[in-house]
Amino acid sequence: MKLLQRILVGICLALILIKVSADSTSESNIIIGSKKFTESVILAEIATQIIEDSGVEVSHLSGLGGTRILWSALLAGEISAYPEYTGTLIQEIFSEKKIDNFAQLETALAEKGIGVTSRLGFNNTYIIGMRESRAEELSISKISDLKLYPDLKFAFSNEFMDRGDGWPALRQQYQLPQVDVRGVDHDLAYRGLESGSIDAMDLYSTDAEIEYYKIRSLLDDQKYFSDYHAVYLYRLDQKRILGQQLQRVSGHIDNDTMVAMNAAVKIAGRKEQSVAASFVKNNFAIESSLTEISIYDRFLKNSKDHLILVAISLFAAICFAIPLGILAARRPLVGQVILATAGILQTIPSLALFVFLIPLLGIGGPPTIVALFIYSLLPIIRNTYSGLHDIPAPLRESAQAIGLPPVTSLKIVELPLATRSILSGIKTSAVINVGTATLGALIGAGGFGQPILTGIRLDDTSLILEGAIPAAVLALLVQALFELFERVLLPLPLRYQVENKQA
Amino acid sequence: MLKLNNISKRFNKDQALQPFSYEANAGQTSVFIGPSGCGKSTLLRLITGLLASDSGEIIFDDITLSQQTLYKLRQRMGYVIQEGGLFPHLTALANVSVMANYLNWDKDRIDARIDELSGLMQFPAELLLRYPGELSGGQRQRVSLMRALMLDPELLLLDEPLGALDPMIRFDLQQELKEIFNQLGKTVLLVTHDIDEAAFFGDILILMRDGGIIQQGKIEDLVQHPAESFVEQFIRAQRPCPALVDSEQ
Repeated sequence: MKLLQRILVGICLALILIKVSADSTSESNIIIGSKKFTESVILAEIATQIIEDSGVEVSHLSGLGGTRILWSALLAGEISAYPEYTGTLIQEIFSEKKIDNFAQLETALAEKGIGVTSRLGFNNTYIIGMRESRAEELSISKISDLKLYPDLKFAFSNEFMDRGDGWPALRQQYQLPQVDVRGVDHDLAYRGLESGSIDAMDLYSTDAEIEYYKIRSLLDDQKYFSDYHAVYLYRLDQKRILGQQLQRVSGHIDNDTMVAMNAAVKIAGRKEQSVAASFVKNNFAIESSLTEISIYDRFLKNSKDHLILVAISLFAAICFAIPLGILAARRPLVGQVILATAGILQTIPSLALFVFLIPLLGIGGPPTIVALFIYSLLPIIRNTYSGLHDIPAPLRESAQAIGLPPVTSLKIVELPLATRSILSGIKTSAVINVGTATLGALIGAGGFGQPILTGIRLDDTSLILEGAIPAAVLALLVQALFELFERVLLPLPLRYQVENKQA
Repeated sequence: MLKLNNISKRFNKDQALQPFSYEANAGQTSVFIGPSGCGKSTLLRLITGLLASDSGEIIFDDITLSQQTLYKLRQRMGYVIQEGGLFPHLTALANVSVMANYLNWDKDRIDARIDELSGLMQFPAELLLRYPGELSGGQRQRVSLMRALMLDPELLLLDEPLGALDPMIRFDLQQELKEIFNQLGKTVLLVTHDIDEAAFFGDILILMRDGGIIQQGKIEDLVQHPAESFVEQFIRAQRPCPALVDSEQ
């Protein structure tokens, strides 16, 4: 009974912790979000600096997973504003409404409680691009020319692959015959294009890389792509604080300005913060106080975030999965259901799970912890189940026959005998958990995924390693820690599986 | 002391035990003997409640075995199986005192009882802190018997307790056990497939085949007045040692 009580207390504690950390995110004042590409980060940084100048406490949660995640976070009030594009709103968010002018868009947004600034000044529409030399060789200059070369290899950003105005409709419009079409990360696609492993990719017209990598933009000769004017979205219930300030940016950023700012970050290697600061200084005479975070502080913060994600989710999973594993071992029918359910949960893709969790738990730590918790269940349940199940029948029966009641037998005979198996299940979960927690950066949970995502975005290997190496080291440490536990927790004769039967 | 009224057990299509009745008197050693699969182990598993009987009832000292009485009654039975069933993660001492600890005996009482039992079973005290894996087969069975005797049960259920031991150790343990049974006056139900062992221990022998009783009585009855040819065959198949047969006569 004591064991059960401890487990229950543990679960309650974990839930309280999750709740507390959820509350702490929603309490901080104004949060500006951005998507995980440089332009979005720069625009959000500009907004952050302008609002900060008006005397409001504001922070920038940068590099979140994608339109769906930002949009749900805005609706849920987890963030207050973020930069978006009219085309994305019309084609993606309101695809059923058939919106064809800005006034209609404004009305549709207002119905959701969301306000919008007027256009910032540039149109970042989609373009299909090829390496200049390759395009020259095949004399391709417009999208309809692609029809003649069915063997060309295409790689599009994952979002472009399945959005309403993305690849499927483009293929329809131009009757494109290509079949070798893959979804890849936008920043990685440039490297593919450069190396020649792909022939064409989707581009944004303000991408700094177009010039850098000598890419030919193919003419949209059937006027397929709609306009993607940049705007800021903000919550109408915060209009008093945000509306006027964000509106100041409108009309100040034309295409060349945006391309230049993108290039300053991606090619020249300046920080988004400082590029945004130059912009607000030149246009609005605002002096931003830039806080440079040292690599050491960043490492400390990432480590702390990462460890919290792993520790809470793993602890909750242990408290929850061991009793389930015991139940599964005791009741074979229920056991099949439990194991099958845990197996199915394991196969849910993390991004899908995040999108599902954001309306319930917002962004940041809580949904990440819940997702990690779910992914940690199966190995622990499985190993608890098999550890108990594999105890030789004579031992289990001896415990019964000498008069031990089931709970006592579980506590002093069966669980100790299953310890090795249970611990190795927990170890597997912990190692997977450390790796999976890097995905938390997609929804603003921080951790070692943050430098990895930013590093991929900026093509900065040292930044990628700043996340990848500690994550790998942490996985090894966790493994070592549990091997130590095994030594301490396992009863002496079970530590080395040498049975010296002398009979 | 122990009454079995018409108990039976069927596994799927297999009738492991025909409706079976037997009464064991206090202080008496009953030996169940027969070829593998004759139902003798099933019988002991029914009495300990590891299996539920399909019919009939088991009455222990006027208490009927049921889900409610099971745990109390098990404390009055000692059960030993062939490999001992010792818990490998507990020391010999912890194995022996596991139930006494569960019942919250105080330390002095436990120590005193352990002293008494290691004297009785001639188990060296310095081996008590070893794990089962560090003991010989004979030592392990001594520990198993100590565990079974710890709560001073009235009934001992022994399922091939010496079956896995080599002949010398087995012979010694047989001698000792018989003395202990006589000395303590326990009611014993012993299962074996070895006619020598059965003859040596048994006040009453119950020869079984296919889940039913073929003949019950003293060894002399079985030898001199076999109920059917199977009894003769079974006894002959075990090639009794001539010396032992001489001494029985």
